[in-house]
Amino acid sequence: MPQPTDLLFYAFAGLTLLFGFLCVANPLSRNPVTSAMFLVLTIVSMAGLFVLLNAFFLAAVQILVYAGAVMVLFLFVIMLLDLQEEERRKLNKVALGLGGIAIVGLAGILVRALTSGTGKGGAPAVEGTTRELGRILFQSYLLPFEVVSVLLLVAMVGVILLSKKELK
Amino acid sequence: MSLQTGLGHYLVVSALLFCLGLLGVVGRRNLLVIYMGLELMLNSANLALVAFSRFNNNLNGQVMVFFVITVAAAEVAVGLALIVALYRRRQTAHVEDLVSLKL
Repeated sequence: MPQPTDLLFYAFAGLTLLFGFLCVANPLSRNPVTSAMFLVLTIVSMAGLFVLLNAFFLAAVQILVYAGAVMVLFLFVIMLLDLQEEERRKLNKVALGLGGIAIVGLAGILVRALTSGTGKGGAPAVEGTTRELGRILFQSYLLPFEVVSVLLLVAMVGVILLSKKELK
Repeated sequence: MSLQTGLGHYLVVSALLFCLGLLGVVGRRNLLVIYMGLELMLNSANLALVAFSRFNNNLNGQVMVFFVITVAAAEVAVGLALIVALYRRRQTAHVEDLVSLKL
């Protein structure tokens, strides 16, 4: 008998895959803005999956950082470049077909490999709350945490350098 | 596979999402949409990590996702800056117009 959480899983998983498909291969629109909006929806429904996995902090971070900051950056660049609707160019049918076959094959292999094992559905003992994650982050992972701050600084400097009008 | 959700269910969703992202990278010709496909692939890896963390009762996986999100944000910032710089030079974000290494 399926539990309510199982039904929620199927709902969120279906929504994630549907929106993900509409993001990368929307049959109705080739507009990048539409793709970006569907990517936001994909990320929000994935945050639902994170909640079902008891990763509450990551679900919040997912919405704040991805659906908030990263997607604003995407939309900002799309508007800045003033991209028109991707005109229908003559696509290389053979290359597209081969790529599609390769991806479908990869999906088949992965799904087959993942479903053949016996997954154990153990009772959850951990909850990804802010308190627990913060404790691990600042005790076991303090050095990586500080290194990541350096990475962000490097990215910031790099972006400023790349955005300058004249590269000296 | 039973109807009751286990680790396998989440991993299948993650694998399918990864393949969707790959489809975007292979099939689309707009640089920005290719970038969104990359984001989808990173997100699917995150989902797999969180699922492993939940079903193995080990929070280290979630800390790893935290770092992946940070790196992805930095990567998006740098990549979009590159795309903008490229667009300034070439007035296009279409990969088939970007075939020569010379500026």
